[in-house]
Amino acid sequence: MRLELKSVLPFLIPAGLIVLWQVLASAGEISQSVLPAPTQVVAAGWRLALSGELWANIWISTWRALTGLAIGGGIGFALGLANGASKLSERLTDPSLQMIRTIPHLAMIPLVILWFGIDETAKIFLVALGVFFPIYLNTLHGVRTVDDQLVEMGRAYGMSPATLFAKVVLPGALPSIFVGLRYALGIMWLTLIVAETISASSGLGYMAMNAREFMLVDVVVLAILIYAALGKLADSGAKLLERATLSWHPAYVSR
Amino acid sequence: MTDHALSGFAFSPSAASAVRTVHARGGAPVALRGLAKSFGAKPVLSGIDLEIPAGQFLAVVGRSGCGKSTLLRTIVGLESPSAGVVAAARGDEARIMFQEPRLLPWARIVDNVRVGVPGGKTKADAREAARAALAEVGLADRAGEWPSVLSGGQKQRVALARALVSRPRLLALDEPLGALDALTRIEMQALLERVWREQGFTAVLVTHDVSEALALADRVILIENGAIALDIAVDLPRPRRRGSPEIARLEGAILDQLFGNGASEDALKESVA
Repeated sequence: MRLELKSVLPFLIPAGLIVLWQVLASAGEISQSVLPAPTQVVAAGWRLALSGELWANIWISTWRALTGLAIGGGIGFALGLANGASKLSERLTDPSLQMIRTIPHLAMIPLVILWFGIDETAKIFLVALGVFFPIYLNTLHGVRTVDDQLVEMGRAYGMSPATLFAKVVLPGALPSIFVGLRYALGIMWLTLIVAETISASSGLGYMAMNAREFMLVDVVVLAILIYAALGKLADSGAKLLERATLSWHPAYVSR
Repeated sequence: MTDHALSGFAFSPSAASAVRTVHARGGAPVALRGLAKSFGAKPVLSGIDLEIPAGQFLAVVGRSGCGKSTLLRTIVGLESPSAGVVAAARGDEARIMFQEPRLLPWARIVDNVRVGVPGGKTKADAREAARAALAEVGLADRAGEWPSVLSGGQKQRVALARALVSRPRLLALDEPLGALDALTRIEMQALLERVWREQGFTAVLVTHDVSEALALADRVILIENGAIALDIAVDLPRPRRRGSPEIARLEGAILDQLFGNGASEDALKESVA
C-alpha cells in the first residue's frame, strides 16, 4: 500500500493540473483560442494519427535529430578523446573550438539558410553543431580526469596503448561522457524545434507553425506535448544506457 | 571446477611440468650501480650501489621523503635513473604493488586480476589463472564482485593476486600495507611471507614501519639523505615472533641511526608534540 502510494506520488501534480485544465476549459473559463481542453488536444492527435500526418512528422523530426546527434556527437567524441590523450592535438584544435563555442549556434540560422536553403542539410547541420560542444567538452573532461594512478598501474602491468584506452581511459571517462550526452539530447530537441519552426516543410515544428497559420491551437499544443514526450524518451534512453554501462559505479547500483 | 581437475589429472605429465616451470622461475637478482636520481634540480638519490641476491626479501626503510619510494620505482622501471645502471627483471617478471590497491572500479575482481596475466593467453586460460591467484590470497569466492564492495584489506589482497598471477621473479612493494588497520596489517604480513616462501621471488618492500621490516625481511636497508645509511642482515628464524628480544635490539639499532647524529632530540620532541 505504502509502495503504491510512493510510485503514484510523482504523477499527482501533473494529473491534477490536467484535471484542473479540463474542468476550467469545460466550464468556459479558458477561451478555446487560448488553450483548448485536453480532450480536444487528444482528439486532434487522434485525427492526425489516423491521417498518418502525425507519424510522418514525428519520423522526419526524429530522423533529423538522430542524424545530427550522430554526426556532431561523433565528431565531438572523437575530438574529445584525441585532445584528452594528445597535447599536440589539443594545442592545435582546442583554442579554435573554444572560439567557435562562444557563438550561440542558433545565431547561425540565417547563415545556414543562406548556405543550405531550408533543406535537410540545414537542420542536421544546426543539430550537429549544437550537440557537438557538450559531448566534446565532457569527453575531454572525462579523459583528462581519469585517475593517473590507474593509468600508471596499467602501464606498469604492460598494457599496450590500445588496451590502456579500452580498459582504463574509456571506462574512466564514461560517467562524464554520459553527462555530455544527456545535455546534448536536450540541445538536440531544442535546436530542432527552433530550426523546424523557422524554416521547414515537414516535421513537428513545421506542423505546429502550419497549424498556427490556420489557428488550430489544439495542434500547436499537441506538437508541444509531443516534443516534451520525445525529450523525456531520449533522456530515459540515455539513463537506461547509463545504468547498463555504469553498473560498477556505487551511485548506479540498482536498489 | 571438477572437470578441470580431472583433465589436469589425465594429462598429468604435462601438467606437472607446467607447474614445475612456473615454480622454477624463482627469484631474479637486482643490481644497482652508481644510481642517482633527481627531479629537476632536486637530487633525491645519489651514489646508490646495491646488490639484491635472487630470492632475498629486502626491506627499505627511511623517513618520508627520503627517496625510498623513488628507489623502488627506479628498480622496477617506473622511473628512469638520472645516472648509473639498474639491472633487474622487467615486463611480467617484475611486478609492483602500490600503497593504494589501484583496482579498476569498472572491472569485476577476477578481471582486475586478469590485468596481471601476461599476454598471449586465451581468455579462458587467463581467467583460470586469475581464479587460481585469487584462491591463493583467499578470495576465490569474491571473483565475480565489484571492487567497491570489498574492504581495504581485501582490495589489497586482490592487488597482490594481480601482482602474483604472472609468477613474477621480482615483486616490488611500495608501502602496500600502509593504509591498513593494525590487525589487517598483521594478516597481510603473514600472507606476504607465505607467498614469498612458496614462490621464491625476490621481494623489495618499502615501508616506514621498522617493525614490519624486521618481521618480514632478510635484510633491511635504511635510506637517509638519498644514500644507504645502514645495511643490516636480519638472520632470524621464521615465522618471527613479534616483540622478541633480537627484533627489539635490531629495531633499536635502526631507530638510533634514524634519530642519531644530534637530530634525535628534535625528532623526539617532534614525535612527542
